Amino acid sequence: MATLWKRVVDGMRKTRAVFGEGLQQVFQRSGKIDDSFYEELEEVLLGADVGLETAVSLRERFQRRVREAGVSEPEEAREFLREVVTETLARAAANDAPERGSPHVILIVGVNGVGKTTSIGKLAWHYQQAGLRPLVVASDTYRAAALEQLSIWAERAGAELIRSKPGSDPAAVAYDGISAARARGCGVVLVDTAGRLQTNRNLMAELSKIHRVLGKAEPGAPHEVLLVLDATIGQNALSQASLFSEAVEVSGIVLAKLDGSARGGVILAIADRLGIPVRYVGLGETLEDLAEFDPETFARALLEPPGRDAQN
Amino acid sequence: MFEALAGRLEETFSRLRGRGKLSPENIRETLREVRRALLEADVNYKVARDFIRQVEGRALGVTVLRSLSPGQQLVKVVHEALVELLGGETAQLAESAEIPTRILFVGLQGSGKTTTVAKVAARLKKQGKVVLLGAVDVHRPAAVDQLQTLGSGIGAQVYAEPGERDAAGVARRGWEQARKLGADYYLVDTAGRLQIDEAMMAELAQVRAAVDPHQILLVVDGLTGQEAVAVSEAFHERLTLAGVVLTKMEGDGRGGAALSTRAATGVPILFVGTGEGIEALEPFHPAGMASRILGMGDVLALVERAQETVDLEEAAQLQTRLAKEEFTLEHFLRQMREVRKMGPLEDLIKLIPGLGGKALKNVAVGEKDIGRVEAIVLSMTLHERRRPEILNGSRRKRIARGSGTSVQEVNRLLRDFDQMRRMFGRLRKGGKLPNAFQGLS
Ligand SMILES: Nc1nc2c(ncn2[C@@H]2O[C@H](COP(=O)(O)OP(=O)(O)OP(=O)(O)O)[C@@H](O)[C@H]2O)c(=O)[nH]1
Ligand SMILES: Nc1nc2c(ncn2[C@@H]2O[C@H](COP(=O)(O)OP(=O)(O)OP(=O)(O)O)[C@@H](O)[C@H]2O)c(=O)[nH]1
Ligand SMILES: [Mg+2]
Ligand SMILES: [Mg+2]
Repeated sequence: MATLWKRVVDGMRKTRAVFGEGLQQVFQRSGKIDDSFYEELEEVLLGADVGLETAVSLRERFQRRVREAGVSEPEEAREFLREVVTETLARAAANDAPERGSPHVILIVGVNGVGKTTSIGKLAWHYQQAGLRPLVVASDTYRAAALEQLSIWAERAGAELIRSKPGSDPAAVAYDGISAARARGCGVVLVDTAGRLQTNRNLMAELSKIHRVLGKAEPGAPHEVLLVLDATIGQNALSQASLFSEAVEVSGIVLAKLDGSARGGVILAIADRLGIPVRYVGLGETLEDLAEFDPETFARALLEPPGRDAQN
Repeated sequence: MFEALAGRLEETFSRLRGRGKLSPENIRETLREVRRALLEADVNYKVARDFIRQVEGRALGVTVLRSLSPGQQLVKVVHEALVELLGGETAQLAESAEIPTRILFVGLQGSGKTTTVAKVAARLKKQGKVVLLGAVDVHRPAAVDQLQTLGSGIGAQVYAEPGERDAAGVARRGWEQARKLGADYYLVDTAGRLQIDEAMMAELAQVRAAVDPHQILLVVDGLTGQEAVAVSEAFHERLTLAGVVLTKMEGDGRGGAALSTRAATGVPILFVGTGEGIEALEPFHPAGMASRILGMGDVLALVERAQETVDLEEAAQLQTRLAKEEFTLEHFLRQMREVRKMGPLEDLIKLIPGLGGKALKNVAVGEKDIGRVEAIVLSMTLHERRRPEILNGSRRKRIARGSGTSVQEVNRLLRDFDQMRRMFGRLRKGGKLPNAFQGLS
């Protein structure tokens, strides 16, 4: 836990610089709590991609508590914000582990360039470390050099690989992946898919088909469907989450590229409005740069003033 | 979710429409809604704040023109200010006297640099230019393969040194190669990097020194949120950008990043990426983007222009029919005739919110085409007009002959019709078209 905490904090260094310091200014302002205090708070939330609706809802809930407690000094109100944010994020907590299959099949989906293939490399490494013999499946048969990229990741992670020909049917490749996993005694199957915008009906239908075919190859599969989101994403994340869920029943989110200066605050909006759990965060471009999501850690990392993380 | 907002905006504007004059209060109230629209479109909150302040000043100073309703006028002020901010003139790709013209593509991981390099190359090749692509991403797994595959797809040469780790060295030797080839352009693909990654930003500075580019273009994911400002500011500060390319804009992203990058750097947006295919690159249009960011097209203008011209009863009838999903070729024809009264179809389509001129991009129906559409539809039997699915090859041939057109034209019309029918289906679900037409019934 300590190392995870450190990784997330390191990864979110910049997020903290902007979000944390912005909050710091709001809470350490002189004067009493008044309308402009709440307005400034709302702006800090907006600047973190929380989105207007969620920013307003957080602010209102916060405001209610502050009033009920009869607090008038900004610094005293800070605790209430943490409560409200943690509660919201808790809705994005993965409460129960996904049911495990044998082989355990994970389908990775998302829009273009968000970090799907890289996340597969990291997950494969994670499962490899756990002794589960991962197999990765190249169901992105569209993007130039998608297979070459995945095979480099498979090699790095020590995972088995099911290749495909450019332009071949991604669902058929996925099917072969499961048969191969059984034949080779692999415990986990990670299916890479081509990036697609959620508004592209044909490509979304193709994804549903992959999903269906996996279920035919192995009853209960896929056991997890992970939607990868880019941490720099804005409000379009909500459209992505809801349309991908419609097509393939997303079971969890991977928030990639959180090592940037991105806020990833959109996670609050997703937690608030869609309730899809966040499973992992991506924190860089090497095999180890993946951490399990922990809402409390995340909330603390978001809200605590810089320099206070050392003792954790 | 955006539909709801567009609806709210429409409502706000229409409340204004009933009034004779703009008052400071109703201007402020409306601008609050505009701010909402900007934020929901991912415009950076600081940029949105400054923008609103500026518009408020302008709107309060405006003297009310007789010919325009207050609502229209405010929309006009907001829209114009947005277009201005997004850059009135269209910027061009550099073309230097000395060859090769060197262009460097930079940006965050996964923003679309490699794809954009190939798209720009394809464009230049079409203009008869000789292009060399430099594979200077020495970090991402299979980055070189990706550029080579894309390059061979469009018949452009690629300079690469697989396995080499010195990006600046590869970049420089690529330039030499381009000179030897007598290439007109040398387009350099670089690795994605975070603007806060000091080592990687330093590498980029070395690459720049090695190729002395005429233009450095920042490739920005069009779905980026608030972060767009920090990213473009940092890249601009470090490298002095000449322009921006926004990618992944064919979906439902509202593209607030366009406004954010522009406000942060002042550099123009050159292109918009609208798909994964090599041709999916379009010149940037500030006016269209402004409408899209506002999330409302120019609803008001559409509604009012429509009110003046469309036969109200017909429109009401059409709406009822559309609600029953009975959009047939007869309606298509009637629609064309109505639309002709309102002005060029293309202009009107741009006004429909949520479309941004995209959905019907290939429906090129000019004034004189409408005559041919008419001829084609009238050459069909009633049954065929209602059930176009039955139009097989021989029926199409007969119709072409009967209307003095070609089978290709008949096919094109049927395709357009189909697109339109689907569009109406979609709009109906989103509640857009009925909204725009509700003012009529
Ligand atoms: N800094 C950082 N970069 C990442 C992270 N995850 C992925 N990337 C980078 O993002 C870029 C795109 O990653 P990919 O894994 O190819 O993304 P993808 O979703 O598979 O892309 P498509 O298959 O083209 O849709 C690459 O340059 C990755 O190295 C992360 O957590 N942090
Ligand atoms: N839908 C859509 N996808 C796009 C567009 N432009 C690029 N892409 C896709 O986005 C993904 C990433 O594109 P790349 O060109 O690999 O991005 P990059 O910036 O070179 O990525 P790195 O080199 O890893 O930093 C690929 O799947 C592309 O096909 C676009 O305009 N629309
Ligand atoms: Mg991929
Ligand atoms: Mg690239």
